[in-house]
Amino acid sequence: MPPLAQRNLFHDKVRLAVTLTGIVFAVVLIVVELGLFVGFTVTTSGLIDHSGADLWITSMNVPYVEQGVAFSERKLNQVRALPGVADAQKVVAHWAQWKRHDGAEESVQIVGLNVDDAMEQPWNLVAGRVEDLKSPDAIILDELYKKKLGVTRIGEVFEIRGHRARVVGFTRGIRSFTTSPYVFTTFKNAQSYTGLREDQTHFILVKLAPGANLEQVRRELLDRVKDVEVFTTAEFSHMTRFYWMFTTGAGVAVLIAAVLGLVVGFVVVAQTIYATTMDHVREFGTLKAMGAPNSYVYKVIMKQAAISAVIGYVLGMIVSVFVVRGSQAGGAAILMPMPMAVGMFFLTLAMCIGAALVSINKVTHIDPAMVFKG
Amino acid sequence: MHPAIAVRQLTKTYAEGNTVTVALRGVDIDVHPGELLMLMGPSGSGKTTLLSIMGCILTASSGSVQIAGKEITQLTEKQLPAIRLEHVGFVFQGFNLFPTLTASENVELMLDLKGVAAKLAKKRAAELLDQVGLGGKHHSFPSDLSGGEKQRVAIARALAGDPGIILADEPTAALDSHTGKNVMEMMSELAHKRGRAVVIVTHDSRVLSFADRIVRIEDGAIVGMDSSQMEPVPAGILAHNFSQPGLNEIATESMESLS
Repeated sequence: MPPLAQRNLFHDKVRLAVTLTGIVFAVVLIVVELGLFVGFTVTTSGLIDHSGADLWITSMNVPYVEQGVAFSERKLNQVRALPGVADAQKVVAHWAQWKRHDGAEESVQIVGLNVDDAMEQPWNLVAGRVEDLKSPDAIILDELYKKKLGVTRIGEVFEIRGHRARVVGFTRGIRSFTTSPYVFTTFKNAQSYTGLREDQTHFILVKLAPGANLEQVRRELLDRVKDVEVFTTAEFSHMTRFYWMFTTGAGVAVLIAAVLGLVVGFVVVAQTIYATTMDHVREFGTLKAMGAPNSYVYKVIMKQAAISAVIGYVLGMIVSVFVVRGSQAGGAAILMPMPMAVGMFFLTLAMCIGAALVSINKVTHIDPAMVFKG
Repeated sequence: MHPAIAVRQLTKTYAEGNTVTVALRGVDIDVHPGELLMLMGPSGSGKTTLLSIMGCILTASSGSVQIAGKEITQLTEKQLPAIRLEHVGFVFQGFNLFPTLTASENVELMLDLKGVAAKLAKKRAAELLDQVGLGGKHHSFPSDLSGGEKQRVAIARALAGDPGIILADEPTAALDSHTGKNVMEMMSELAHKRGRAVVIVTHDSRVLSFADRIVRIEDGAIVGMDSSQMEPVPAGILAHNFSQPGLNEIATESMESLS
């Protein structure tokens, strides 16, 4: 096909710029909002997804990880006695008040773990070691929250619920979905910081023995250990994500913004492609008079839409990459996994082609007899 | 030889609310291969409507229209483009070239519609442009061409589909005398040397001498015919003396012999 679509598209540079601006705006807005959604989702369940556990044992009716309810730590022995269980550890995860040097208080989420066990250890350490948590009153927190908590260096001492807390390490990228940063420490310290009794725990994490059947072990745990719920890591992760993203409405708000971006992009592209079509309506009439079927004319318009989509997508993704990179240092990371980037291409294409349908409808009704008028 | 276009009792009406406008009333006309026929008449007389129906752009309200022996009045709107593509080439008053395509690409577009492969289309377009005297202008855009050159590109495009019928709507209206004469010489060649049936709607009295027949239309009906060859006049045609003295007598004698 002679390059009618491309030539018409690039002929009016101002209109093309408007079309591309609309597409870039839509692409960036959708990427940012979806990226925030993905980032939030990953953040809400980070503690669970990085736990290294196969099963989570909680008290009854615990909807998400921040809502742990204390139960007897004696159940740990019952869990460990079960065939198929290679390892089981107690974990504290609960709120506490952090006192800054200036006297202000901030809410934090204490995560208490067994330092000698692989499960629920802090990840992505950039300063210090997990073993440093064995020293008295040791805590590790994420460097992102240094300013919020008034921390400037390793070794600084603070107060949590009246108890001493000494910074021994920093992680990078462990975000909290709430405004309360995670603070990793030993199980014993965590009990002090959260006011948990010595014979209590919030969660028991279970690692299966090689070859053990997940569902079977879960059923046996439910039979043997009373008054608890047993979730797979995937289940508990999903529950926590669902709570924060949908029950609170936070995720819905972000998704609505993404949809708005799509709508804006659609409207802008529809309008500009329609305007271009109207500018060239006589040419389309001539094409029809020459004997072109409607499908040929549609192809010209679709090609224009597709070319606009490709260029707009590339430009939009360039901007998006910068935005995503810039967000990594912030409290809300925007994530753009490869499937999302690829999916964004097809969404952009669908948006532009869908927008072109308005013009398709117009050219369908062009009367070829118009070519005889002046 | 079968006519390229055969029209019998053609009527075209338009309904607008309670008003019915009769654009053509009972038109009978044949156009043969190798013939150059001109349609003349005042504005609103129906000549462009007749041309549009011959070109399968408009449908008739009643009557018969055959294109290359095929009855088209029973075809649906969706089927007409294929007939146009196969049998009809158009030349327009305003040239109707695609401004963002070169002269060659304008011709290649027609060939693309016919399903000709791109490489072959390019070659064929070059040949056609050479034939119409635009050898050095293949890569020129319409904005770089004169009116006459644009019309030559339009003629090359019309020929690209190898149609048996060429329909031209005021092809010389936007051209000066000299250029218009050149274009008409080309149209004449299409008819007399290449055997196409050529129908031209025109107001331009300068080009009448190129016609084999001149048909005058008024108020949707044929009111006169001037022919350089005395062909039998089908019943229902009225003949008036408008370009050759004594035409009335000849027409009257033909009418009497038919009855």
